[in-house]
Amino acid sequence: MALDILYLCLCFCGLIFAIVLKVLFTPQSSDIDISGALVFFTIKLPFSDLPVSETQINSLVVIWSIFWLCRYLTHGISVHAKLKRQIVAEWIVEKTQNLVKSNMGDYFKSFAPFIAAIMGLSAFSSLLTLIGLYPPTSDINTTGGWAILVFFLITYYKFKCGPIHYLKSFGDPVPFLAPLNVISEFATPVSMAFRHYGNVLSGSVISVLVAVALRGLSGLIFGKLPGFLGDFPFLQIGIPAILSVYFDIFSGLLQAFIFAMLTMLYVAGGFPAEDYAARKAKRAARKSAAKHNS
Amino acid sequence: MLELAIGIILGGCALGAGAAMIAGIGPGIGEGNAVAKACEAIGRQPECKGDVTTTMLMGCAVAETTGLYALVIAILLIFVAPGRFVDILLNAIK
Repeated sequence: MALDILYLCLCFCGLIFAIVLKVLFTPQSSDIDISGALVFFTIKLPFSDLPVSETQINSLVVIWSIFWLCRYLTHGISVHAKLKRQIVAEWIVEKTQNLVKSNMGDYFKSFAPFIAAIMGLSAFSSLLTLIGLYPPTSDINTTGGWAILVFFLITYYKFKCGPIHYLKSFGDPVPFLAPLNVISEFATPVSMAFRHYGNVLSGSVISVLVAVALRGLSGLIFGKLPGFLGDFPFLQIGIPAILSVYFDIFSGLLQAFIFAMLTMLYVAGGFPAEDYAARKAKRAARKSAAKHNS
Repeated sequence: MLELAIGIILGGCALGAGAAMIAGIGPGIGEGNAVAKACEAIGRQPECKGDVTTTMLMGCAVAETTGLYALVIAILLIFVAPGRFVDILLNAIK
């Protein structure tokens, strides 16, 4: 019981830390602020300066919170599920494993933790807007980093049949289309990164614009009221939350799902399963023949 | 003269952002088609509603990408580009 509270406290103290940092460092201004991530401080390095911005801090906070949330869900589990949180944890694991198995096949069974991690990281990053923090996913560097990771995974699994097979796959229908194949190879991570980043960024930009427009409108309607009531933006109460349901919750979760889904499809689609199986069978046959001869 | 140059920069950025968002037409039509076909499929086979909805959302999000490229460019043109271009202009005058 004490551990429960400890883990949950550790989970939330990361978020509180991020909120405190944001409050301390945000410059005071009443203008619309679409300037991107705040830069907290810069580390001087020999070649170029390394700015430590809200993006990095918030990503680390999300990672920290998810880690302690997982610890909370899974500590003290038993074979016969007695605790509610164990059932939740088992449900998450089972759903991810089923999703990975049905989309990628049996060979990629071990991808389930990776997919769950990328989905959880992306979903919780986008959901940070709900408590007023800067979502790391609305920075191209975060999604770009994930996309590069996925690109290396795709290339690694394409290399499974050897470099010659990999090079051959570029001249797939006809050899003179090879340049286009190379371009489409690099377009995959770019489009993945921009899709996620564009969705989250557009949501926050539109939310800010609507909030500012509502402030102007309420100034127009209620501006004649005396004193404090005249300045108070009545229309800003509650109405932007309707947009937030779509842009922050639905769009953020959908993008997390789609990023994970595309990762699965690209990795499994790039892997030449039949050729790999044929190659493996050939090797096994050669090995057994060599053993037979000796 | 400088005001005129800065005005041209701001106007050009706003016009460019507006022109970039013409790309919103394509994803609109495409996603509308996708949802219409998904509705037809669900009407024909209500039992596979879950699968159809998942696939449709997935396809919609992929089809949205081109629109989002335009949106990103428009946002950059409105909020980032004017400052950069004015800086470039001022540096060039110096």
